[in-house]
Amino acid sequence: MEPALQRLADQVQAARAAKTLLDIRGGGTKAFYGGPVQGECVDVRALAGISSYEPSELVVTARGGTPLAELEAALAEQGQSLAFEPPRFDDGGTVGGMVAAGLAGPARVSAGAVRDHVLGVTLLNGRGEVLSFGGTVMKNVAGYDVSRTLAGSMGVLGVICEVSLKVLPTAPATLTLRLEAEQGAAIRRLNEWGGQPLPLNASAWWDGMMVLRLSGATAAVRAAVEKIGGEVVEAGLAATFWRGLRDHRDEFFVGAAKAVDSGACLWRLSVPATAPPLKLSGEQLLEWGGAQRWICTAAPASLLRETAAAIGGHAVLFRGRDKSAGSFAPLQPALARIQRELQRSFDPDGLFNPGRLLC
Amino acid sequence: MNAPVTPNAVAAAERAARQQQVVAALAPLLPDHALLWHNEDTVPYECDGLTAYRQLPLAVALPETEHQVAAVLKACHALAVPVVARGAGTGLSGGAMPHALGLTLSLAKFNKIVQIDRLARTATVQCGVRNLAISEAAAPLGLYYAPDPSSQIACTIGGNVAENSGGVHCLKYGLTLHNVLRVRGYTVEGEAVEFGSEALDTPGLDLLPLVVGSEGMLAVTTEVTVKLVPKPLLARCIMASFDDIRKAGDAVATIIAAGIIPAGLEMMDKPMTAAVEDFVHAGYDLEAEAILLCESDGTPEEVAEEVGRMLDVLSGCGATRLEVSRDEAQRLKFWSGRKNAFPASGRISPDYMCMDSTIPRKRLADILLAIAQMEIKYGLKCCNVFHAGDGNLHPLILFDANDPDQLHRCELFGADILETSVAMGGTVTGEHGVGVEKLSSMCVQFSAEEREQMFAVKRAFDPAQTLNPGKVIPTLQRCAEYGRMHVKKGLLPFPELERF
Repeated sequence: MEPALQRLADQVQAARAAKTLLDIRGGGTKAFYGGPVQGECVDVRALAGISSYEPSELVVTARGGTPLAELEAALAEQGQSLAFEPPRFDDGGTVGGMVAAGLAGPARVSAGAVRDHVLGVTLLNGRGEVLSFGGTVMKNVAGYDVSRTLAGSMGVLGVICEVSLKVLPTAPATLTLRLEAEQGAAIRRLNEWGGQPLPLNASAWWDGMMVLRLSGATAAVRAAVEKIGGEVVEAGLAATFWRGLRDHRDEFFVGAAKAVDSGACLWRLSVPATAPPLKLSGEQLLEWGGAQRWICTAAPASLLRETAAAIGGHAVLFRGRDKSAGSFAPLQPALARIQRELQRSFDPDGLFNPGRLLC
Repeated sequence: MNAPVTPNAVAAAERAARQQQVVAALAPLLPDHALLWHNEDTVPYECDGLTAYRQLPLAVALPETEHQVAAVLKACHALAVPVVARGAGTGLSGGAMPHALGLTLSLAKFNKIVQIDRLARTATVQCGVRNLAISEAAAPLGLYYAPDPSSQIACTIGGNVAENSGGVHCLKYGLTLHNVLRVRGYTVEGEAVEFGSEALDTPGLDLLPLVVGSEGMLAVTTEVTVKLVPKPLLARCIMASFDDIRKAGDAVATIIAAGIIPAGLEMMDKPMTAAVEDFVHAGYDLEAEAILLCESDGTPEEVAEEVGRMLDVLSGCGATRLEVSRDEAQRLKFWSGRKNAFPASGRISPDYMCMDSTIPRKRLADILLAIAQMEIKYGLKCCNVFHAGDGNLHPLILFDANDPDQLHRCELFGADILETSVAMGGTVTGEHGVGVEKLSSMCVQFSAEEREQMFAVKRAFDPAQTLNPGKVIPTLQRCAEYGRMHVKKGLLPFPELERF
């Protein structure tokens, strides 16, 4: 085993013996997210580098500590990208952290989730074992799909040492449109367009304005502009806009950050896309055709949780000074039991990132 | 490996007693016609699509409501009776093969479409609804359910969830997992549970990828919510002939490298082409060493642009003949041979064994050449059809099951293909699942620790391990008995020895 990986495995074994809690950390860019960070740091940045990249195979394999920026630059050189548009809340984010947090950007609604692009993972579990699941090919149903389960697992199943990801060619044409719409109409129209063969890649709605990104073959994008109408946004401004949404530097999120400083919370509601406008006070920004709704509010957690649950979704306390209500919604008992047992099956001593995902 | 040895008299008496115990426990929970146990009634359930592996269950239950499903599962759990769920029984790896001392739980009666939501583009259906029936119901809305396994006329969505089924279109549209939002079902203890939701994510660990593809080992599915996508306005298929396998394999890689994601990209080799042409008379080029079917779908503008790029690549890679379907009828005709590969093979051979594995696309020509060597080694013919776009191959090994030596050589041939696939950086099953068929090959693909981790995952859902036991993950004993060279991640012992 290579020295860097051996050191991490040794750290896990030592922690087992001493019952030390472990904080698996890449660049720490999502330390604000989920339950509080605690424990001795397992620094995955020691495991860095792109192990292999085959553009014609649509797969890239990178060590967990590889900077996300480095990976995306390598893909861009070949005209490829991660279709799910992972956010960069700060510099220094790693590929492993991206997979563990499982957060995706504006394109998620059309391109799929982080999970849908994971092909295989090498994992260091709580027994200090280095295990590989999945591989480098999409059509692979050998055994349980452990590799995709790691997306969004927040480190509780182990250290992501290496991951193989599906990559796709970046679309030849992109164009952004703006249209005025009130929220209910926006939700309806976005979903109607979703049912038509249009290259609708991403959308956002805030404060009476709907912004759409079309992405695909040149002819398809051109035809879609004719059909949808609205005002074309200049390419540079558009790129800045979508990056701002992805990385939470957009005006909405800047305002949210200020509100959070003053005691409000930024909530992320994940709901069925066609749910009507939510009767909640506070600024709301909608993405993913209505399936992801950001709300900046001082309303009590119970109200957010009940509102989301009533329409078949869930509410995440994304940023807030006071997270005593918990970041994530509680699970149904049967599911909670299975998840606890699953966590224990990977990490019998409960060392990894305790409390960051599950209560 | 095959049907078990006939039990002796003592074992038979024990089995009969156990059968009566199980029947007595379940009869009060189900309508009379929904519980079978006489041999003549349970024989139709003794195998799935992998007919070489048969086993009579103690009984077959055909519940009609979720309440009955829960009650049956609770009763079986209390008696520690193994439960094997079954959809349409079209599976090709023996995943629904009964357990000798277990219950087969047929979900065939769960065939209602619960709701189709046009605006949200979702369909909620019971697990026994056929794959194609979903698309047929969605068609009037201009929508369809994209994953299209070749058995889609018969297979159920519940079975698709169990296997994470693929099909011709998965390179562009994804596997079952990518098209499912929510799976509702029951734990082995009969407790209702839901994985996923109609939102795009749920709190906690994402269990949907574990459940989809779990081959009936983690929970019993009763209802599924799937994504529907807009039906493409137009599809065009290119039929390309190649006089050399390697050129055809390179063409596949070059198409992808050019940034084209075809709606379908399939390959047939010369023997397969001869078999299907004889069957469907579609005008396939019998001189070609390999034929590629390359499909583009989308709006008329998109298709025109994409077909142009595809033709450039294919001719640049040395295609000896290129034909583009001029209308829908001709497009379907081009596909008819590929879709009829199995029955066409059935015409030219008393029996065949259909293999399923995946290799990286670039190794396509290599594995075909390796298979040609194996034909000589095992003295059996093999014709090949591929989801070339995914590197997912379906070699069909032809043999006569009346000759036990041929059956034995056929199994060795199949195992050799699987292990070669792993050695080339692939996997032992691309879409048909492990079931019972590939248990031994799993010893080659996974280490003992990896297999134990997967057993631990199973126990998190099913501590007593009575849900479809004995499938998918081989035990340590089995792997020890299998005792082959351990081929792991392309690293062979004695790498200097020439093997392929």
